[in-house]
Amino acid sequence: MKKSILKFARKPRIVSTYSVVGHLEKEGPLGECFDEYCKDDKFGKESWEKAESEMQRRALCGALKKSGFIDTELDILLAGDLLNQCIGSNYALSNFDTGFLGLYGACSTCSEGLLIGSCLYGGGVINSCAVVTSSHYCSSERQFRFPLEYGGQRAPTAQWTTTGAGAFILGDSGRVEICEALVGKVIDKGINDINNMGAAMAPAAINTLKRYFLESEKSVSDFDLIITGDLGFEGSEILKDLLLDEGIDIRKNHVDCGLMVFEREKQDVHAGGSGCGCSAIVMASNIIPNLEGKTIKDVLFLGTGALMSPMSLSQGGTIPAVAHLVRLKSVN
Amino acid sequence: MNEKEYGEYVEKRAKKSPIIKNCVFAFLIGGAICTLGQGFFHLYTHFGMEETDARTLVSITLIFLASLLTGLGVFDNIARIAGAGTLVPITGFSNAVSSQAIDTKSEGYILGVGAKIFTIAGPVILYGTVSGAIYGVIYYFACLIWGAK
Amino acid sequence: MDIFFDYLWAFIIGGILCVIAQVLIDKTKLTPARILVLYVCLGVFLTAIGLYEPLVELAGSGATTPLTGFGYAIAQGVKKAVDEKGLLGALTGGIGATAGGISAAISFGLIMSLIFSSKPKR
Repeated sequence: MKKSILKFARKPRIVSTYSVVGHLEKEGPLGECFDEYCKDDKFGKESWEKAESEMQRRALCGALKKSGFIDTELDILLAGDLLNQCIGSNYALSNFDTGFLGLYGACSTCSEGLLIGSCLYGGGVINSCAVVTSSHYCSSERQFRFPLEYGGQRAPTAQWTTTGAGAFILGDSGRVEICEALVGKVIDKGINDINNMGAAMAPAAINTLKRYFLESEKSVSDFDLIITGDLGFEGSEILKDLLLDEGIDIRKNHVDCGLMVFEREKQDVHAGGSGCGCSAIVMASNIIPNLEGKTIKDVLFLGTGALMSPMSLSQGGTIPAVAHLVRLKSVN
Repeated sequence: MNEKEYGEYVEKRAKKSPIIKNCVFAFLIGGAICTLGQGFFHLYTHFGMEETDARTLVSITLIFLASLLTGLGVFDNIARIAGAGTLVPITGFSNAVSSQAIDTKSEGYILGVGAKIFTIAGPVILYGTVSGAIYGVIYYFACLIWGAK
Repeated sequence: MDIFFDYLWAFIIGGILCVIAQVLIDKTKLTPARILVLYVCLGVFLTAIGLYEPLVELAGSGATTPLTGFGYAIAQGVKKAVDEKGLLGALTGGIGATAGGISAAISFGLIMSLIFSSKPKR
C-alpha cells in the first residue's frame, strides 16, 4: 500500500502560541485561556474585514513576542482566513518583513498551515515559521450568508463562525513537537446544506482518521485526545457513530474545537463554532498549553474544512470537505 | 454509504427546528404586527384619509418602524424568535432592504449601498411586478374578448 | 364591537399567513427568499381570480400587511390602470400601486445606513 503519512525526520517544535478573540468567545468556557480579546469585536477598525486583519496582526505580534523572535528572523509566514483573496491575512501580514504564503482550506486552514510548516521544517528548507489563521463572525456572515442586521432564524444544525485569530511559531525549541501529518483528501458526499456543514465535513474526518489508523497500525487508545477542528455537534455525532460502525470507538477521547469554544445552549450558537479561527484559538489557548504542561501527551489534531462557496451552491453544487491531520506530542 | 444514502442518513438524524414553538411565535408576533397595522389604519381613516391611501400609509409606517429597529440592531433579535412572524409582513421586506443598506455602506454609497440594496428584496419586486404585468395583459385581453367585467 | 372583530380577524389571518410560511421554512428545503417570492406571486394570483379581495374585506391589515398583500396591491393597481389606460396599465399599475412602500423602504434604508453601523452579534 502506498504510504501517505508524512513522518518528519527533523521534527518542528511549537515555540509559542497566541490567541486573540471576540467578546462571545471570551464569554465562553475557554474565556480565561485566551491571551487577548476585544469587547466590541471591532479591534478599533471601521470595517469587519479590517477588524479581522487587525486580530491576525495582533496574534502574530503576540506570538512573536512570546517566542523571542522578531519577524525578520522567521523564514516564512503561513496564513489564511475565510475571506476572498485571503485578504484578512494579506493586510495583516503586510506589516511584517517576511516571505508569506496564503492558504485557503476553510476551517482546516490551521492544520493545513501546521502541516505545511512542518514539512518545510522537516525537509530542512526552513528553520522557523509562523502559522496564523483567523475568522470573524461579522465578516464571514457578510460574505457567505446575510447582512448582519438581517432578521433570520438559524437552523439547529447551523454553526456559528468564531471570531478569533491564533498564531503559532514553529522552530527548534519548545515542549511540543509535530511528529507526523497526513494530508486529507477532498471528500464530497453530496451535502449542499449551508446550515449543516458538520455533516459535510464529517466524512472527510472519517476518511483521514481511518487512513491514519490503517497505515500507522495505531489504535485510538494510543492517543490522549483526538481533536477535530470544528465539526460542531452534528458533525461530531456523525463522526463518532459512523466510526463506531466501522469498529473504531473514539467516543472516550474525542473532543471538537467547535464544541469547546462555546457553551452551545447558553450562548445560543446552535451546533457550535466554526471558522479558521476556531481550531486555531482552541489549539493555541488550550490544547498546546496542556501538552506543554503534560496533562496530555500525544494527540491527533484534525482540522476539518467545508469548502462552501455561495456561488456553486446556487448553481446546484455541493460542499466538498477536507480534513488534514497533524500529530502533536509533548517532549522534554 | 453512497451519496444518496448519506444524504438520507444526515437528514434523518439532523436536529429538527422546534416547529411548534416557531409556529406559535410566528403566529403571535405576525398577528400582532398585522393588528398594529389595523390600528394605524383606523387611526388614519379616522382622520379622514381615503382607504387606499391609508393602506399605503400603514405600510409606510410599518416599514419605517422595521427600518428603525434594524438600524438600532434590535430587529434581528426579534426575528430570531419570530421567524416568519417578522419575515412575512412588510416588516421583513423593510428589514431586508435596510440591513443590506447598513451592511454595505463600508463599500461606499454608490457601489455598496446603491448597487446592493435590493440583493435580498429584489426577487420580491421582480416577480411581483412581472406577475402583475402578466395579469394585466390577460385582464386586458379578457376585457376585449368578453367585454369589461 | 365591530372594531374588536376587525382587530381579531387582522390578528388571526395575519398570524395564519405567517404560520404557513413558518411551516414551509421548517419543513421544506425552501429558503425564505423563495417563500417570499411565492407569497407575492400567490397574492397577485389570488387577487386576479377574485379570492383575495374578500379576505381583505374580512381581515383588513391582516391580509394587506403580509407579502401576499403586496401582491394584492400590485394586482389591484394593474387592474385599475388597465381599466384607465388600456394595455399600458399592465406595466405602470403594479409599481405605481406599490411605489409608496418601495420608495419608503429604500429611503429609510438609506437614511438608516447614514446613521447606523452594523453591530457585533449576541
